[in-house]
Amino acid sequence: MIATALSALMSHWRRHPLQLTTLLAGLALATGLWSAVQAINAEARASYNEAALQLGGVPLPELRAANGTIALETYVALRRAGWQLSPVLEGRVQLGNTWVSVMGVDPLSHPGLPAMRPTDGAPLTTFTQMFAHRDTIADIGTQAQDTRAQELPLTSSTQVPLGMVLGDIALAERLLDQPGRISRLLILPQQPLGLKTRQPLSVLAPDLIRSIPDRGADTARLTDSFHLNLTAFGLLAFAVGLFIVHGTVGLAFEQRRPMLRTLRALGVPLRSLSLLLLGELILLAIVAGGIGLILGYLVASALIGDVAATLRGLYGAPVEGSLTLRPIWFVSGLGMAVAGALLASAQALWRLHSMPLLAAPGVLAWGQHSARSDRGMALAGLGLMGAGGLAVLIFDGLVPGFALLGGLMLGAALMLPGALGLALRFGQSRTRGPLAYWLWGDMRAGLPGLSLALMALLLALATNVGVSTMVSSFRLTFTGWLDQRLSAQIYVSTINDAQGDELRAFLAGRVDAILPIRYGEVRIDGQDMRVYGIVDHASYRDNWPLLDGAPDVWDQVAKGKGALINELLARRNDLWPGEPGENDAQLQLGGGWVMPVVGVYSDYGNPAGQIIVSLDSLLAHAGPLPNRQFGLQLDPADTHALVRDLNGAFDPPLAGVLDQSSLKAHSLEIFDKTFVVTGALNVLTLGVAGFAILTSLLTLWSMRLPQLAPVWALGLTRARLARLEVVRSVALAGMTALLALPLGLVLAWVLLAVINVEAFGWRLPMYLFPWDWLVLLGLTLVAAAAAAALPARRLANAPPAELLRVFANER
Amino acid sequence: MSVRAWAIQCGLVLGMLWLAPFSLLAQGFAGQGFAGLGSDATGFATPDATYRLEFPADHGAHPDFRIEWWYLTANLRGDDGRDYGVQWTLFRLALKPQEAPGWQSPQMWMGHAALTTPDRHFVAERMARGGIGQAGVNAAPFEAWIDEWRMSGDDLNRLDLQASGVNFAYDLRLAATGPLVLHGVDGYSVKSAAGQASHYYSQPSYQVEGVLHLPGGKVKVTGQGWLDREWSSQPLAADQTGWDWFSLSFSDGAKMMGFALRGGEAPFVSGTWINSDGSVMAIDGDMLQLDPLEYTQVEGRDIPVIWRVRLAQMGVDVIVTALNEQAWMGTSFPYWEGPVQVSGSHSGVGYLEMTGYE
Amino acid sequence: MAAQYGAINMLLEIRDVIKSFEGPHARPVLNGVSLTLEPGQTLALTGESGSGKSTLLQLAGALDDFDAGEITLDGTPLMGLDDKGRADLRRRVVALVFQQFNLIPSLDVAHNLAFHARLGGVEDRSWLAHLTERLGLSDLVTRFPEQLSGGQQQRVAIGRALGLRPKLLLADEPTGNLDQIAGDAVLDLMLELVADTGTALLLVTHSPRIAARLGARVHLRDGRIDGGEM
Repeated sequence: MIATALSALMSHWRRHPLQLTTLLAGLALATGLWSAVQAINAEARASYNEAALQLGGVPLPELRAANGTIALETYVALRRAGWQLSPVLEGRVQLGNTWVSVMGVDPLSHPGLPAMRPTDGAPLTTFTQMFAHRDTIADIGTQAQDTRAQELPLTSSTQVPLGMVLGDIALAERLLDQPGRISRLLILPQQPLGLKTRQPLSVLAPDLIRSIPDRGADTARLTDSFHLNLTAFGLLAFAVGLFIVHGTVGLAFEQRRPMLRTLRALGVPLRSLSLLLLGELILLAIVAGGIGLILGYLVASALIGDVAATLRGLYGAPVEGSLTLRPIWFVSGLGMAVAGALLASAQALWRLHSMPLLAAPGVLAWGQHSARSDRGMALAGLGLMGAGGLAVLIFDGLVPGFALLGGLMLGAALMLPGALGLALRFGQSRTRGPLAYWLWGDMRAGLPGLSLALMALLLALATNVGVSTMVSSFRLTFTGWLDQRLSAQIYVSTINDAQGDELRAFLAGRVDAILPIRYGEVRIDGQDMRVYGIVDHASYRDNWPLLDGAPDVWDQVAKGKGALINELLARRNDLWPGEPGENDAQLQLGGGWVMPVVGVYSDYGNPAGQIIVSLDSLLAHAGPLPNRQFGLQLDPADTHALVRDLNGAFDPPLAGVLDQSSLKAHSLEIFDKTFVVTGALNVLTLGVAGFAILTSLLTLWSMRLPQLAPVWALGLTRARLARLEVVRSVALAGMTALLALPLGLVLAWVLLAVINVEAFGWRLPMYLFPWDWLVLLGLTLVAAAAAAALPARRLANAPPAELLRVFANER
Repeated sequence: MSVRAWAIQCGLVLGMLWLAPFSLLAQGFAGQGFAGLGSDATGFATPDATYRLEFPADHGAHPDFRIEWWYLTANLRGDDGRDYGVQWTLFRLALKPQEAPGWQSPQMWMGHAALTTPDRHFVAERMARGGIGQAGVNAAPFEAWIDEWRMSGDDLNRLDLQASGVNFAYDLRLAATGPLVLHGVDGYSVKSAAGQASHYYSQPSYQVEGVLHLPGGKVKVTGQGWLDREWSSQPLAADQTGWDWFSLSFSDGAKMMGFALRGGEAPFVSGTWINSDGSVMAIDGDMLQLDPLEYTQVEGRDIPVIWRVRLAQMGVDVIVTALNEQAWMGTSFPYWEGPVQVSGSHSGVGYLEMTGYE
Repeated sequence: MAAQYGAINMLLEIRDVIKSFEGPHARPVLNGVSLTLEPGQTLALTGESGSGKSTLLQLAGALDDFDAGEITLDGTPLMGLDDKGRADLRRRVVALVFQQFNLIPSLDVAHNLAFHARLGGVEDRSWLAHLTERLGLSDLVTRFPEQLSGGQQQRVAIGRALGLRPKLLLADEPTGNLDQIAGDAVLDLMLELVADTGTALLLVTHSPRIAARLGARVHLRDGRIDGGEM
């Protein structure tokens, strides 16, 4: 009996292959996008974990100096006083075509770095080689003009985080040109018993600050926002896909209603029938989920490179550019597919239970009585929006921000049918012509069938508007900020301080000003950040992008009476200049160095806090600092020639000469890479929404005929009706797009003013890009027309007999 | 006593788990060393039979040689009536000849400290690079150090000795009661039939007193100590698989150093007899018989912990018994080293070192 | 006002029409049928299920193609007429009433009533008001089809058809979905209105009782005219 019933149920799909395709495609798309995002996230997380392991697993407590470097003598003195410590030298250096992090350790005392464990074949590599991931080596390049890069004994190792060169401290100090310097001292877990009571570290080395590093946590915190972003996108795509599934399953159920009734009448128990339907659904979900996983893998593979570039570029987080298949991903993807299918079909399954055995066969209810459900949905939507808003008001952090986004989006989606209904009613009331009047009414009547697809479209469009507004606003702000911030024409790095002196001599008379760029490092609230010391110069006064500060802020900085901090630090630690008459917030720089915060500047793209003080103050507190980077002010017309001269004038050559325009280009390149993924997901989501419209129209096709046949019989050609079908789809999509616009702008505002502040620590002004909206509207209309084209073509070419069947007397 | 070089080499040849890079350094020596016996293509100095030791200069480091050590062992008796053993060793291994400043130095230093009781054996290990001052040796005034471990005095006649591990420490004062002893021919000690050799001298006669810090508390101790000094650049012969080394102090004041390098067609046996007045007699291989009597399981290996030592020429026929059979040095390259007690024709105490048991 | 063809002023002229449906059991549904209808004439088309009577009605309504023969509707030959031409005839000359009512679900009664007339561009408000009144729909004009009973829906369908002032009304089992009382009421109204307006009526029914109320009757069997009185 079961087999017979099952074959009867399945025969429906054989007879409606398009519906089956739609169902599978919808679910596969949903699963695909979701699992793609999951795969990307999992890959990134695995990379972080791997990086943490590669650098020695659980971080040890460590000692750091206020000025950023610890003298070798201090280390040796502490060792000889009985403290088991291990030195680490860290820095960044340009090697060949790229910048890398250099980490130098003493292998004799460092607690285990897998990469540096020598192999049987090459036992001495620990001290003679530096180790880097092969991708890093590839990034550095072999044809680089950089002699250091060519001579560096680099060995490929998968055990080194991307973007890092790891090796013995003797090699690292030469590469970084920091002889005898140590960045931090790890406090090893096993300390000797000692003969006498050992002096505590705080007595032996009062300048050193002891802390538990949370580098892993830093990466996690910064990148969490990025991953949350991706996950939100994935969920959105999944929801859009589920709209498709919901529609298709509902339709299939309606169409099989008579069959189900017949099967029950023939003695198949309701329970068996429910189980059969459930089983059928799970089977379909697994098939679709499988396809979706393949799709997801492909999408993720295509995107992971950019994601990795983004994470590396924006956060310095080490992420591999390739994808590993993980069983958990596979299982969770299929699980989502099945769960999603069941969720989307819950209504249909419920209806099976509540279906009377002997009710007259019916078609889907069309028409006016959906007004009440519209109202209910609209109220639910309002509730969701309110809940989201409340979440932001009550809680801090990123999650409430996303809750607000979610509430807004879902709420708006729920309100869409009601809003469209009102608009259509209004349109109808303004119409005279019979055909137009019919069309308005017909659209309104058709809303329930299309509303899910339109909701999906609304979400996709709003996301598109919101995200692209955010990105474009960000880009515009960023570009302007770069213009201000990069006010020097040329930026030069020398390989050591002596070359810095040579450079100054070389430049004498050739430039308007040489601005040294010198910094030390401090740790504030467990976060490392740089303190820059600047000399007083008009280019800062004229160009530096200040968000807050008194008019005389530059005088105060020059006199050493105040510090400027970046927006991130200001927001995170709530440090702001006081209003006139009030006191400025006090910035604790460690070692008893306190400065009032006299100004806040924007510092987009920097995930760390930053501080600017006068050079004199910095040197007074941080001791001698490297003096190897300079900004050169000169007539822009002379830039090109000077860059050429600088590149040839020194032996060994300068560490780097960058002119402002290539620096800007590079910054913008990083910026654009950062949002490649966002853009790709945007397009994909919009594509899925377009597909939702297409499938809705296709699945509604059989129901559409009884509505169109009478109009045809009353004297309209099929071709004209087909054209009207396209108009109908385009009009609905257009109206949805118009409603999506304000929603998208609200979304953009939330992203810029709520999410960004929480995630990155900066708030961005919002700019509007009407041209983009027009393009998007155009795209939407084209998509809607394309989606309607297929069923419309079918209508135009339908033989009259097909239409006449509607009038057949024996139904 | 090239035994340490041997220990290092065995560590490699027998393929241990390389948990610390130091043993790998040693592996590097081994790998290079096998290439050319006697001659040295990498610029290291090689032992020279015609060289005459000069003091105090030769108490200091010889960075032109590949490998060198300052090796002190002591048999002690506590005011609690128990017997104890103490080991303090500083190894030097060079990646390249000569010293260089700072981290660039190719000189690697390693310290081993051990404290043996009849039922416990405490071990600590330290590593450091030369050039930065974390470890090193000054000839005069004498100081050998790594981290807070020190062996220091005006010269080798009076030494202060300190070391500590996670759960033990010791602080000892040593006073020499006899002259330095040169092994082999004027301190040129041959280590294989093929002619590998080292420069090797000892101070076998220290009176020791001081304090041991144990988990159970402090113990005051007195006893006697033995310092070995040796440097070389040559590894042992390829077919030599292990090493047994004895330093014995008899109650009549005579002392004996003897070793057997196992492997090859027959063990290479050699030694030095030291009369109570400090005069010395080289022991040829065929005079000294070293026979294991009883084995015990130590760290999964069968290690001989009771030996019969015979030197007929001197009327010696003694049983040498480990104070603590489990005196295992679980360091970067592992070996067995611990105090022993002597009975039979002579009674006394001493130290036994064994490597290459798998 | 109508075009004059042949000796008699015929509104509908069907001659030797053959029509087959495609498919595995293809056999002619109509196999050489001829009949004519004058303006104002009422004719019942009877026959068994599958005799071809509905198909003949649909051909007369310019809804479908036929394989051979001639059909002339209001002077326009249908053979070879394009979609647009046929739609034009349906919008101006003929109106249809079906068993399933086939109202436009998205329009209320008033708009359904006026729909055909407005499509044909001949909306006459007073006539529509008159029809609404006559059909007893005055209180129902703001309702939607699904809110009406079957009899009410069919009255709206008749009103929509006659609102156009067609020359020919085609009705396919107009009371087939109604009980007898409601059906009789609807039929009475339709015949009254047809008579009042001089509209020709071709009505398909299997009921001899209903056929008897029309001016003439033709019986179809297996796609051929089997008898009846013209």
